[in-house]
Amino acid sequence: MADVLIRRPAAPLLLLAIGAALLVPLFFPLDQSAVALGRVALPPSFTHPGGTDDLGRDVLHRSIYGLRVSLLVGVVAALAATVIGGLVGGLAGMLGGWVDRVLMRIVDTIAALPHLLLGIFIVAMLRPSLGAVVLSIGLTHWLSTARIVRSELLSLRTRTFIDAAVAGGASRTRVLTRHLLPHVVPKIALATTLMIPHAVWHETSLSFLGLGLPPHMASLGNMINDGQRSLLTGSWWASLVPGLVIVVVTLAIAALAARWRDRLDPRVRAELNL
Amino acid sequence: MIRVILRRLAFALPVLMATSIGMFLLGAASPMDPARQYAGAAAFTMSEENLHQIRDNWGVDDPLHEQYLRWAGNLLQGDLGWSTSRHQAVGEVIAGRAGWTLLLIGLTLVVVLIGSLVAGTIAAYRRGGLLDRGVRAAAYAVQSMPSFWLALAAIAVFSLGLGWFPAGGLTDVRATSVTFADVAHHLVLPVTVLAISQAPWFLLFVRDSVAESLREDHVLAARARGLAGRTVLFGHALRTALLPFLTLVGTHLPELVGGSVLVETVFSLPGLGAVSVHAALGSDFPLLAAITLITTAVVLTANLFTDLAYTAADPRVRIDG
Repeated sequence: MADVLIRRPAAPLLLLAIGAALLVPLFFPLDQSAVALGRVALPPSFTHPGGTDDLGRDVLHRSIYGLRVSLLVGVVAALAATVIGGLVGGLAGMLGGWVDRVLMRIVDTIAALPHLLLGIFIVAMLRPSLGAVVLSIGLTHWLSTARIVRSELLSLRTRTFIDAAVAGGASRTRVLTRHLLPHVVPKIALATTLMIPHAVWHETSLSFLGLGLPPHMASLGNMINDGQRSLLTGSWWASLVPGLVIVVVTLAIAALAARWRDRLDPRVRAELNL
Repeated sequence: MIRVILRRLAFALPVLMATSIGMFLLGAASPMDPARQYAGAAAFTMSEENLHQIRDNWGVDDPLHEQYLRWAGNLLQGDLGWSTSRHQAVGEVIAGRAGWTLLLIGLTLVVVLIGSLVAGTIAAYRRGGLLDRGVRAAAYAVQSMPSFWLALAAIAVFSLGLGWFPAGGLTDVRATSVTFADVAHHLVLPVTVLAISQAPWFLLFVRDSVAESLREDHVLAARARGLAGRTVLFGHALRTALLPFLTLVGTHLPELVGGSVLVETVFSLPGLGAVSVHAALGSDFPLLAAITLITTAVVLTANLFTDLAYTAADPRVRIDG
């Protein structure tokens, strides 16, 4: 059931979402600050498939813009987390010994920190902005990447083809670039992809709390926050639509990543892993 | 066991210290002027001289390391500082609200643990069945739903639509005192929403580990002795699957804290989560830093305890440090 509902439609849904995020702004540009008080809080209809919010703005149109920002923040933040995690994990995995033990123990301890609170702290001190949100996600989400890179390197180090390369006189850099990296890079790419949904959740949470992107900007978290207001007057669609966009897109990304993992490691059938 | 505690502390304390230093530097780099924040609207009419006086009294122009040591020293002595967003001592703000957050998180943990143990075990017993597939699909779907969105949906359906539960707050607006029934009625929705949003990880974990232990020899032996299906499931399979569950509770606490911040905000509960969002919006460094550091210390301690409980329950396991 999880398969039929989530895995199979994942690729077309994600294509549709990304296509909309890229193409809609080209053909239907949105004036971020425009309000239309003549069509306030209209329920979903043919002309406004997602209805309009309490300022008369088209909910679906703004959701697509919000998705664009969320995906942008998600990808950039996931890449930032990957750089930090890759460096720490790479150091631990390559050097091994006490460096590895100390670094990994530090990673375990940091994993126990409440990361949403830390994220809130970072954004609050730097004042809410796109850069602060990316930094707040990057600094709190690199741990899983560090663990993956480290364990991958440690298991590769004991393989015979590495011994063979070292015995054949290959230098440290050559072993790293020619023999280790080609095996690690796909795993890192997979970890980065799996990070995107988390980055999107973190960004939408911050925006929802008023600590993310500027309030007039169409972002999924901001829209759900605005929708909270209109909920009391009965227009449920204003927060339902952006929420559905978050759910569908993050699930689709996770499902595609699970399929990708099946390819990388066909021995075990990957579960969806969020 | 003492050695485990000591080695844990050897890492926890430096990490806590590094976190506090990082937080302090961020606070120092922040464009907010603490003297102006303290003065509030009066800052506009106040003379430059008076502002300077405040800055001097607080030592905000001293070298950074001196300021840090003073701040950290005060924290350790129990003086948490003055909240600029609430105009109240930080210690008072936290003391008045920590209880509600602990209540929310505690109740949620109980609901999540019981619910996921029962549902996960039954799903594992009939793996591949309709219930198993349904529960798993629902778990994946819920995992991807932001908890604040789930909270809004719950408000839309159960308080605005059906009118069963209040949409927010902790007591009825007309109430003059805090009564048990009133608070319980107000907590039903927040606890349920937080529990549902956190349940997938626990549920999927229980389901997988019970499914695995059902294949083990001791379960087969219990079956062979002719024990009843229910006895085997709950008495033998679930028991061995329970142990790793303990560590999951420990490692999942940070998520739970994050979820409680969002849920408290949506339901306007007077807890630490909502107040830290308020503090963040006002760039209130002393309050936000104190809440973050204290929560961090509490979560780290709770983590240590779950690991210790794990070693006590299963002597085969040795956690190194």
